[in-house]
Amino acid sequence: MSAIRTVQRRDFLKAGAGLLLSFKLSAQAPGGRGAQGQVRPNAYIHIAPDDTVTFIITKAEMGQGTVTSLSMLLAEELDCDWAKVRTEFAPVNPALYGMQGVFGSASIRTSWTPLRQAGATGRAMLIDAAAAKWNTDRSSLRTGNGFVVNPTTGARLSYGSLSEAAANLPVPTGVAVKDPAQFKLLGKPVKRLDTREKSNGQAKFGLDARVPGMLYASLSRCPVFGGKVASFDASKAKLVPGVKNVVQIPQGVAVIGENTWAAMQGRKALEIRWDEGPNAKQSSVAISKLFADQLQQPGTVAKQVGDAEGVLAGASKKLEAVYEAPYLAHASMEPMNCTAVVRPDSCEVWVSTQMQAGSRSVAAQITGLNPENVKINTMYLGGGFGRRGGTDYVSEAVEIAKAMPGTPIKLTWTREDDMQHDLYRPASMAKFAGAVDADGWPLAFAAKVACPSFGGARRGGGVDGTAVEGIHTLEYTFPNFHVDWRGPDPGIPTNYWRAVGYTQNTFFAESFLDELAAAGRKDPVELRLRLLAKSPRLAEVLKRAAEKANWGKAPAGHFQGVAVVNNIGSFTAQVAEVSVTNGRLKVHRVVCAVDCGHVVNPAIITQQIESGIVYGLSAALKGAITIENGRVQQGNFDKYEVVRIGEMPQVDVVIVGSDNNPGGIGEAAGPAIAPAVCNAIFAATGKRIRKLPISLTDLA
Amino acid sequence: MAVTFTLNGARQTVDVDPQTPLLWVLRDTLGMTGTKFGCGMALCGACTVHINGNATRSCVTQVASVAGKTVTTIEGLSADTTHPVQRAWIEEDVPQCGYCQSGQIMAAASLLAKTAKPTDADIDEALRGNICRCGTYAQIRRAIHRAADLKTAGGKA
Repeated sequence: MSAIRTVQRRDFLKAGAGLLLSFKLSAQAPGGRGAQGQVRPNAYIHIAPDDTVTFIITKAEMGQGTVTSLSMLLAEELDCDWAKVRTEFAPVNPALYGMQGVFGSASIRTSWTPLRQAGATGRAMLIDAAAAKWNTDRSSLRTGNGFVVNPTTGARLSYGSLSEAAANLPVPTGVAVKDPAQFKLLGKPVKRLDTREKSNGQAKFGLDARVPGMLYASLSRCPVFGGKVASFDASKAKLVPGVKNVVQIPQGVAVIGENTWAAMQGRKALEIRWDEGPNAKQSSVAISKLFADQLQQPGTVAKQVGDAEGVLAGASKKLEAVYEAPYLAHASMEPMNCTAVVRPDSCEVWVSTQMQAGSRSVAAQITGLNPENVKINTMYLGGGFGRRGGTDYVSEAVEIAKAMPGTPIKLTWTREDDMQHDLYRPASMAKFAGAVDADGWPLAFAAKVACPSFGGARRGGGVDGTAVEGIHTLEYTFPNFHVDWRGPDPGIPTNYWRAVGYTQNTFFAESFLDELAAAGRKDPVELRLRLLAKSPRLAEVLKRAAEKANWGKAPAGHFQGVAVVNNIGSFTAQVAEVSVTNGRLKVHRVVCAVDCGHVVNPAIITQQIESGIVYGLSAALKGAITIENGRVQQGNFDKYEVVRIGEMPQVDVVIVGSDNNPGGIGEAAGPAIAPAVCNAIFAATGKRIRKLPISLTDLA
Repeated sequence: MAVTFTLNGARQTVDVDPQTPLLWVLRDTLGMTGTKFGCGMALCGACTVHINGNATRSCVTQVASVAGKTVTTIEGLSADTTHPVQRAWIEEDVPQCGYCQSGQIMAAASLLAKTAKPTDADIDEALRGNICRCGTYAQIRRAIHRAADLKTAGGKA
């Protein structure tokens, strides 16, 4: 560990005197997306003379609890008083903080070691300062709750009173972290730090940015993806009360008003002729046909074990099934928005983003400024779910602000903008084939996947791992196994959507495995346990979920379905309990067992499991974005329905602790809910759901 | 046109286009950003405020229509976050991203003002117009029951 004492405190802290620590630390490789094992400097710790401890959070908070759980890692080792912890979001500074963004459920995984080391180092310096003051041996001193204590004399000094002295000491290296048995905070259901301000209206989201002299913008974009403005007439828009300006930018035509409403009304009065481009005739029907056609073509092999093709050709008991999933919008509650001001020598941006560094880059590119002259203010995110990993809305705001130098501009998307110009979870189709032996156990499992590349990540060739994850990553041991991929491009913009490829592929694979279980007359839990002989962690959560759910003994009229998944370094199993009455589906209960390694905060884990289940359930039951004439047909929550409070099932979470390094949690629970529910529907009705959402199928 | 109403206990006059939804008057004209924009069509509940005590979607309420009426927003629900619903929200740690929670809290406070001891079914009915994409519904139900207990136990209403 090399340590650097920062001199840029004025850049990021309003704080005055005291101990300010920054360390450049090597992160362990956390395994998973966004995990490059690169040098990943940690957050800052600032201890003020008044004993307040401020942690600088380099990640963004979108509900997943990072502000609280990252603070817990620091506080555990620093041994400070949790009641005196404050937090601030870091500015963008790649030299100090490395990659700043939140995706792949990686915040805890990448911070587990470095942040604890940072806290421990801070604690060591405070002990050093006290030892010097008392002129005693440091090894005799103890810490607790924000004090250094001398057990021999009973003397104690608060961290705040030591902070100035500690700041002048050398930063030690190689300080040991606690044995987990000594943890006081980690593993406890510590209350979130952001609850109070989110219960009284004071929390500031991107949409809440207010800058003196600010005007408000609404942007009209081509309704067809890839289209552009052919010509426009702004004369009527300019007559709308409150409208101040109309500007054209590469993405469309923006109306600027004295408030959001005026801007939206002015936008409605714009007369624009669009050049709709090559996607003007695109439709969901055509896209399905494209996928089906592509499935007839050879794919690129993602994984192969044995000879699935040969075994299937000669198998006596063989199954085939085609599965399909639609495009999905993220539909975070806070529509996309961004506030920006561009001046000759600087740019400042207020934004709720999962990509702080990426936001700075696009603003620098558009303005031609050095990145150092672009300031990003990280606001709370009113939901992210992967949508705010895109920086398209930042680009738009900076373009508009650039057209009106010196005037701060807040661009707000309407809900319709948000739904019709999302970066969607791709639609996809997969053809499965499987065979069972004379005893009913699987002999072969093969999948051909047609799925557009996520974010266009791998259009150059090879396999887009995100498009097949959830199938080629299955932990089951099949004697013959084959997965291949083809990536059609129907021209619809795509990007990560909470749990990414697992969101459709776990539904496909775990449903088809249930089909194989039925074909071989095997109990779905028993079959999975047999196939998971080499995956003890996944087998254990499956056993625990089945036990908690009373598998096989559902209440009268209720039916159970099961599904498992291993993603983001964690292992989950879910049992859904449903009833189908006169064609009406009700999900009564979901049991989810999770092994996410060391438990940082069980309350946040439970929240995230419930959250993932509700998000996944919305998609499973009713989520679909459809295309007609190149346009998205859904615009608001009346046509893109989501789960509401009355549909919330009872969720029982079983946290199976383990001594493994922490896995992720934000994306752990979403993938298995759709197959668990659909497998339960099969148990209830004998109907096999192969196309989502479930609402497309008549269950009567 | 000037419109006068009572906002969080104080008389308030605004001079805006009378058709402007109350939501944008609160957020943009008055700088009170606790009330959120979610859909603009009364479909999600993020913009819920109280008008004469009733939970109302401010995104479809023209400001002219609140002339002479009493409007309460999340900022005015209590002076120091001590309304029983807010206390219960904090004790149950309800919010995740938090964006919808102002609307959820205003809807819950309105429910409890009318129904002292709501059942789960009462809660599901009263809050069905409030979407939470983070899925905090189970915690919302628990917090509303707790708030009902706090009120009965003599908490401030």
